[in-house]
Formats: sequence, C-alpha cells, structure tokens
Amino acid sequence: MVIPDFVLNAPLAMQVTPADWPGGYWWHWLFFTIIIIAFVLIMVMGVIYIERRGMGRMQSRLGPNRTGPFGLLQPVADAIKVLLKENIVPATADKVVHWLAPIIAFSPVLMIFAVIPFQNGALLADLNIGILYIIAVSSVATVGVFMAGWGSSNKYSLLGAMRNVAAIVSYEIPLALTIVGVIIFSGSLSMNQIVVAQDIPYILVQPLGFLLFFIAASAEINRSPFDLMEADSELTAGFHTEYSGMKFAMFYLVEYAEAIAMSAIITTLFLSGWRGPFLPPWLWFLIKTLVVFFVMVWTRTTLPRVRIDQLMALAWKFLFPLALVNLFITAIEVIFWPDISQWIFVGVNIVIAALLVILWSKLFKIGWGRLEV
Amino acid sequence: MGLEFAFWIMAVVMVGAAFAVLYLRNVFHAALALVLCFIAVAGIYVTLSADFLAAVQILVYVGAISVLIILGVMMTREVQKGNPVNKMRLPAAIVAVVLLGILVYVVTSTPWGISTQDPLTPTTMPLATKLFSENGFILPVEIGAVLLLAAILGAIVIIREKKK
Repeated sequence: MVIPDFVLNAPLAMQVTPADWPGGYWWHWLFFTIIIIAFVLIMVMGVIYIERRGMGRMQSRLGPNRTGPFGLLQPVADAIKVLLKENIVPATADKVVHWLAPIIAFSPVLMIFAVIPFQNGALLADLNIGILYIIAVSSVATVGVFMAGWGSSNKYSLLGAMRNVAAIVSYEIPLALTIVGVIIFSGSLSMNQIVVAQDIPYILVQPLGFLLFFIAASAEINRSPFDLMEADSELTAGFHTEYSGMKFAMFYLVEYAEAIAMSAIITTLFLSGWRGPFLPPWLWFLIKTLVVFFVMVWTRTTLPRVRIDQLMALAWKFLFPLALVNLFITAIEVIFWPDISQWIFVGVNIVIAALLVILWSKLFKIGWGRLEV
Repeated sequence: MGLEFAFWIMAVVMVGAAFAVLYLRNVFHAALALVLCFIAVAGIYVTLSADFLAAVQILVYVGAISVLIILGVMMTREVQKGNPVNKMRLPAAIVAVVLLGILVYVVTSTPWGISTQDPLTPTTMPLATKLFSENGFILPVEIGAVLLLAAILGAIVIIREKKK
C-alpha cells in the first residue's frame, strides 16, 4: 500500500489513483472497498475488546478474560452467539420498515470511510467536498433510527428514537460550526488536503474547537454520558428494544462503527491524520484513532449519564455559543494575520479557550431552577 | 454510457418514489418514499458534476426536512391511517390541474441551453466567490438569512408558553 506523494504535487487532483496503479479506476474502487469493509469489521472487534477490558480495569473488575488468550476471542464468541439467535419480529410491527432499518442505519457509517485518508492519497475517493460529504452522509443514519423506533410499534423504541433525533439535530450545529473553524485554517474541504495542511496538529491551533467537537461527536454517536436514548433504566434499550439476532448485531455494529468513524474523523481533523515521525503513516493513523477511542471509553466510565433537559441545555446554551465565538475568533485571526507563524495562534487560542470555558461554565445554568423536558 | 445508465436508474427510482409518496396510504411509508426521492435527486446532481449541491441536497432535505416531516407524523394522532376525507376535493383538483398546466408550459417553452464547457473542479471556490464576493449574490444571501431568522423568531413567539 505504498502510494507516492503525488497529491502534494497536484493539489487539485480529483482522482487519487497514481499513474502506476494496476487497472486504474475499477481496481482502485474494488481494492479500497474491500479494505474499508475489512477495516471496519476488524476494528469493531478490536474496539469492543478494548472497551470491555478497559472499562473492566477502570471499574476495578476483570472484564471478559475466559475466551482465548486474555479474552481476545470474546468478540468472536459474541458474534457467533448473536448470529445463531432466533430472529423475533413483534406481531404488530411494520414488517418492511422493521427489516430495512438496520441496513439503512449501517450503510451511511460505511460510506463515511470512503473519504478518510489512511495515508497520503490512500483513500477510496478524494472528494474536494470531503468533510461536507461526511456531514451529509452521516445525517442519513437518523432515518434508520427513526425507522427502527417506528417499525417496532413499541413505545420505548419510539421514545428512544425521538430522543435520539432531538439530540442529533441539536448537536449537529456545534459539530458543523467547529468543523468550519478547521476548514478556515486548512483552506480546503478535502480530508486529504486538511491533513497535508496540518503542519501543527489543529488540536493545538483550535483547542476550543477540539473540545467542542469531541463533546458534540460523543453526543452524535450516542456514547455515554449522552447515551440516554438507550438508557437501560428508563427505556430498556431504546430504539433497538425489539431487535434480536442478526438485526440486533447490525445495530451493535453501527454503534461501534460510528465510534470508530468519529475517532477517525477527529484524528484527521485535529490530530494531523497519518502524519508523524518514524512509523509508517497508516500505523500512525491507526494509533491515533485508537487513542481517541480510548479517551471516549475513559469519559464513558468517568461521567454519569445526563438528563434529557441537561442534554439539550448543554447543546444550545454551552456548545452552540462557544462554537460561534470560536468560529468568529478563527476567522479574525486568518483574515488579519494570514502570514505570521501559527505557533503564535497556538498560545493565544489556548488562553482564549481556557478563559471562555471558565467564564461560560460560571454563566451556565439549566432553566434557572425550572426543570422542563 | 456509464453516466446515461446512472441517470436512468436515478430517474426511474425518483419517479417511482414520487408516485409512492402520492399513492401510499400509510403516511410514514410515504415520508420514507420522499426520502428515497430526495436521495435520487442528489444522485442526479452527482451525474451533473454538481457535487457540492448533491451534498447540500442530502444534508438539508434528507437530514433536516424529512426528519421534521417524520417527527410531524409521529407527533400527530391517527395520521398513520391516511388523510381524513373532507370536502376540498374539487378545489384541490382545480389547483393541481392549473399548477400542472403552468409547469408543463414553462418546461416545454423554455429554450434549455446545454453548455459544452468542462465542469469546474473543484466547485467550492467558484461557488464561494459567486455567493459572497462584492459582485456576487451577497445581497440575496443576506436577505435569505434575515427571512429565516424572522421565521425562527415567529415560531418561538407562537410556541412560547403563556404567563399565567
């Protein structure tokens, strides 16, 4: 998978296939489709292991350690168990919608990986609207969740789906606004170009943007502490209460594939993607993605689940104004001082981020004592 | 050849989905068919090299407008059995026929120009200069933004709880 640095030489190239690539377009397509599917499936098994063992360690217990060495085969055993389970469809369910929902939820997640660069130019399609494509495609997954909630004809499923949609629609706004900050610095929407432009990782240039993006991304993919659309104590399992067997496995797969996709996007946007010294680029990409995922596991075990009104208040009163301020400051910096070293922005922006977060958390109140849903 | 093939797939899916929206009695299914129709329109944009427009089509229509429609369906009682019958059939038919007549007239009488130039790549830069530069469409963009803001404020005023 060695691909030359031709993207640097031809920055506006649409098709990333190098001249010596065997067979050209269709071989490129086939190769990367197989790579992406294999990557997602293997990574899902890997991160399930990391999450269960890591959570076990953080909660002072062992975690699964019986199947295979160190419990490494536990995800495989789980997969086989879930595949052999009976597929139960509720009698009053909307059969077609119930059957289609897992597929419609899964395909957008897979499509996100089409524009994520594993190393320089090693991606399925170097779209010049890469990050916009990701935002657009990931918004389709909402429809799958809706179909699951409605098709099951179960009130818990429906409530879970409604909460999910309310959360996703709210958190998409700070998510998109922080991405705009990154785009202003990099000057391109293409994921590969964003990595090429990152001489300093944008986590340093955009510290506030990174924080907001990480919080909003955790909420977008329903990870704890924002997982109240499948809060077991309130809604049994949320929108996939009525799913079993292979279809349940699909939703489980979507959950972890989304977590990997978000880790990969954070890696690409804020941690300079495949760039790094000594090690090969794809290995850097993998390491950074896994580190981001580990931080997600860490927050999951550390923070308690929020209430629905807290979820909404955090999105609209905390993340949204801060994202706007961040965008404003970024735009001013790029317009008035386009030529000075970015290291100056690093210092200034870290100070601004710290000040804003402290100030806003003093001002942040939920409903002034009135608690409404 | 490949483009033409893609166009016909999209066109058939689009028209089929549009008919499904009209004829399905279950409103939730109709809303899902509408989603399919929007996605097929985005596909047509892709075959026309309008990649930015395609992404925005998915983002706005599938990600936002369809979700609002489906939420509306979910929040309304008894709506899944279809529209209740009322006495507006004749006026609705007249309006529909007039609208169809106007559309057919406009489509057939417009001289559709086909550009022979290669499509622009990347499309984002020219689009941005067209929309936001001094000689571009900055005034309509601003007016659109102000209109949307006014609509949001109106919605908030309507749903605000009354002081008791």
